[in-house]
Amino acid sequence: MRQLALLVALFAALAVAPIFIHSAVWMNLIIMVLYAALLGQAWNILGGYGGQFSFGHAAFFGTGAYTIAVLQVQLGINPWVGLVAGGMLAMLVAAFIGFSTFRYGLKGSYFALITLAFAEVLRILSNSVPFTGAGVGLLIELNPSAANMQFVDKASYFWLLLAITFIAFLTVWWIGNSRFGAQLMAVRDNEDAARALGVDPFKVKMSAILLSGLFSGLAGCFYAQYFLYLDPSIAYGSSVSVESLLVPIVGGLGTLFGPLFGAIALHTLSEVTRSVIGDLPGASLVLYGILLVLVILFSPRGLSGLINSLTGRVPASKKKEENNG
Amino acid sequence: MPDLAIVLPSVLNGLTTGALYALVALGLTLIYGVLHIINFAHGALLMLALYGVYFLNTVLGVDPYVALFIVPPVMFAIGYTLQRLVITKASHGRDENILLVTLGLAIIIENLALMGFRSDTRIIDTPYSFEVFEILGTFIPQPKVYAFIGAVVTAGLFWLVINKTDLGRAIRALAKEPKGARLVGINTNHVFAMSFGLGVACLGVAACLLLPTYYVSPHVGQGFVLVAFTIVVLGGMGSFVGALLGGLIIGVVEALGGLFLGESLGQIGIFVIFIVVLIFRPTGLLGHKV
Amino acid sequence: MTDTMKSGGLGRRQFLKNSGVAALGLGVTGFPSVLRAQAAPVKIGLVHPVSGFIAFSGSQCREGALMAIADINAAGGIKSLGGAQVEAVLADSQGKPEIGASEVGKMAEEGVAGIVAGYSSAISLATSQEAAKTNTPHVVDVGVSDSIMSRGLENTFRFGPGYGNIANFAVDNLNAINQASSSPAKTAMIIHEESVFGTGTANLLSERLPSIGIDVVDVIKHANPTRDFTNIVLQLKSKQPDLIIPANYYNEYVLLARTMRQQRIEAKGIYSVLGGAASNYKFVNEFPEAADLIMDCNHWFNPKSEVAMQRKTAAEAKGLIYTYEVFLAYNAVLGLVDAIERAGTTDKAAVNEALAGSNLDMSYMPYAATKMENGQNMGAAPVNTQVQNGDIEVIFPSEFASAETVFPMNG
Repeated sequence: MRQLALLVALFAALAVAPIFIHSAVWMNLIIMVLYAALLGQAWNILGGYGGQFSFGHAAFFGTGAYTIAVLQVQLGINPWVGLVAGGMLAMLVAAFIGFSTFRYGLKGSYFALITLAFAEVLRILSNSVPFTGAGVGLLIELNPSAANMQFVDKASYFWLLLAITFIAFLTVWWIGNSRFGAQLMAVRDNEDAARALGVDPFKVKMSAILLSGLFSGLAGCFYAQYFLYLDPSIAYGSSVSVESLLVPIVGGLGTLFGPLFGAIALHTLSEVTRSVIGDLPGASLVLYGILLVLVILFSPRGLSGLINSLTGRVPASKKKEENNG
Repeated sequence: MPDLAIVLPSVLNGLTTGALYALVALGLTLIYGVLHIINFAHGALLMLALYGVYFLNTVLGVDPYVALFIVPPVMFAIGYTLQRLVITKASHGRDENILLVTLGLAIIIENLALMGFRSDTRIIDTPYSFEVFEILGTFIPQPKVYAFIGAVVTAGLFWLVINKTDLGRAIRALAKEPKGARLVGINTNHVFAMSFGLGVACLGVAACLLLPTYYVSPHVGQGFVLVAFTIVVLGGMGSFVGALLGGLIIGVVEALGGLFLGESLGQIGIFVIFIVVLIFRPTGLLGHKV
Repeated sequence: MTDTMKSGGLGRRQFLKNSGVAALGLGVTGFPSVLRAQAAPVKIGLVHPVSGFIAFSGSQCREGALMAIADINAAGGIKSLGGAQVEAVLADSQGKPEIGASEVGKMAEEGVAGIVAGYSSAISLATSQEAAKTNTPHVVDVGVSDSIMSRGLENTFRFGPGYGNIANFAVDNLNAINQASSSPAKTAMIIHEESVFGTGTANLLSERLPSIGIDVVDVIKHANPTRDFTNIVLQLKSKQPDLIIPANYYNEYVLLARTMRQQRIEAKGIYSVLGGAASNYKFVNEFPEAADLIMDCNHWFNPKSEVAMQRKTAAEAKGLIYTYEVFLAYNAVLGLVDAIERAGTTDKAAVNEALAGSNLDMSYMPYAATKMENGQNMGAAPVNTQVQNGDIEVIFPSEFASAETVFPMNG
């Protein structure tokens, strides 16, 4: 309950932030952090709480993004409808991937690679079929109005994103405090033991991937409305998949606030390295990489692990079973 | 519908291209099979090896095939050191840390290359770059034939090392039973580093055989990583013969997919095969552990 | 700046280019190249993908833009602002639209007078739209997609041609070349990369080629990177088109050209459209034989212009390969600074208005008089080049031509 209070207080504080922050740059930075936190939290449901590492969250993200864009551009359907449809279709993709993998008991690196392969298949398809604009991509017409889910000011985008992210965090809080969550973590820690206790691992993992896909798809919808342009490598390329997993792993797997810590840390790191190093191409990314490696060397359980060890609290997630491949 | 007369040349070409993929995958299958880690830095290390071959050739005039005696040992040293000093230390026994650390290494290596070598695409000119063998009425570039032979020989050597040497026995023991191996006195850190070093050395071989028909730029490695992972899983992880076979199959699938579905959509064949194999035969075609 | 939060922490990547390069171009003399301390410098944002997959092109753009700024400053800066020096604010989009847009947002807040950005169409779409939110003048340097200009953004301008224009030009010129030839081409095969520039160009070409009597026997789309071109070349071999039309990036072009040579492909001509390599001196120098007689329809400078040749020499003296990215970014900066000069202020609306009324003398390019329509310079046009004897010659249109067309190449 303390966590829930903290969560609500945090998002309430964030909600009034635009009143005090008039800098568009700071608003943009906060939006990008929140967006990364949403991507990361979506991944965290399946990867952190469920122990199923996906390298292909772009499959969900891209489906959400393309759904909202295709509906608008090709069929003239309102993006608010598209947002719902995007989330649903992303869940459908998640259901398909989950069903075809969990049914056969794929896990560990096999699961990771197969999700990557699904994302690639979708990337190639979106590059070939006409309704996604294929390689030319899709440009959503610039027409700011609340009805079109396009805003002139960053604050409105921020509130939209904040609402979605809040639901995602609330869902994860519920996972951490519900029977379903307990079952999910039991499956993560030891699938056979969980089965012996009467848990149906397939059902539990399916629920996790559906939720994970939903929020990833919603993040995709937001991206499409914020930048108004999509092409196959933006939607289904590997950089979204990598960002999705980087954020919660850095912040702390299977923890409620981990993705938020991770998103803040990674964006701060990237902003700082870019401003410190200057303009030699690649130099800031080298520093970024070095700092990333150093963080892992000295804070093996992610930032929330670090924070917990500083405050002397027991980490929420136990050590994951070693993967036997 | 393509001309059926080019199906045979296309398949032959697919085999030679597949052999090159197999070379990249051989190192990966060792690393993956023994250490159970997904090495995100594999592509970056391939790129590094390609630059090695490039500079040996352009600065010192060393032929890429002569560089086979220089680049793989250097890559081995790099791999051994990385595993010993960075990857093991960062892992803290958790898979996700290895994932992150290899990702971090990939970012560092690629951008160091960008800083040091700039983003230009570089190619080498060898006397045999445009020479071909005529096989069954098909022109096969000579460097690709050499690469094919190189892949078969390398796979054979790896098999020998793993199956016939003390080191190989230690590696196999470690892959199967890490705890047991430690109990019987195997220096696990050393053996892990040897495996990683050997896997990376294999990239050195791949680089020497690849550069005569390819190019190098800071991001060149990424184009091979995904396909290499596909091959590793297809062949059965830790299986060298499987990797070779997987490489050849992927090469042919890519060629035929391109021919019948179009070059862009045809890439889908690789991933569909991958998904189907994973679902119905997750241990791969020759699936047994090292 | 009226931020309630300090924005200093976000860093200023400023870069004052006060180089000793001699005053070039601009046609202005009499101003000593000393800093006029009293005028506040005018900041211009340069957003390019200098790391990531398209880093080479991004770096070329940045270099070109920096050269323009150095030349402008050496020639006395912006005279209507008391000789204010131009100061570059640099940023790296890493090849990602969202990072490009974030950087533009930062620059707008930092108070840049205008932005030159993009290189790729996808990034240019994002950066111009972000700049539009603050009405910051935005000049697209390369991005050829026509959708960049069709959105009606009042702050977005392009001095170079878009691909619609380029494809039409390519077809018209090809027709002229064909008509003049004793052995005209009747069939063609298009080989293009899969993103917006290759696909868009290929679509336009395959629509129009039949109208000039050229039958498109096949269109092959390939991925980036494509690791092996043999398969594609085998299809070329079996279909035996008179004309091979590639539209792809440098790496893929090099592999394609190599493979065609390995497989002994014979065609009447290779006619690329926005080909990454055929208009690139690096390719011509490294593969003189493979490059010989390849034609390209691409951005180019006017080889008959003194100014253009001086700029080329200056760029090569800096160790740069003089590719189209360099001079297009150079022109973009020139166009933006010219507008600030005429506006006599860095007021955004005024600069946008000045840009819209731009009539900059671009005779160093193969362009007609500069005339902006919805932000697009209607005078912009590509040219046809052909590699001849290890050099890149302009062969069309005739007023800029430095050599005669050789077609068919094996005739």
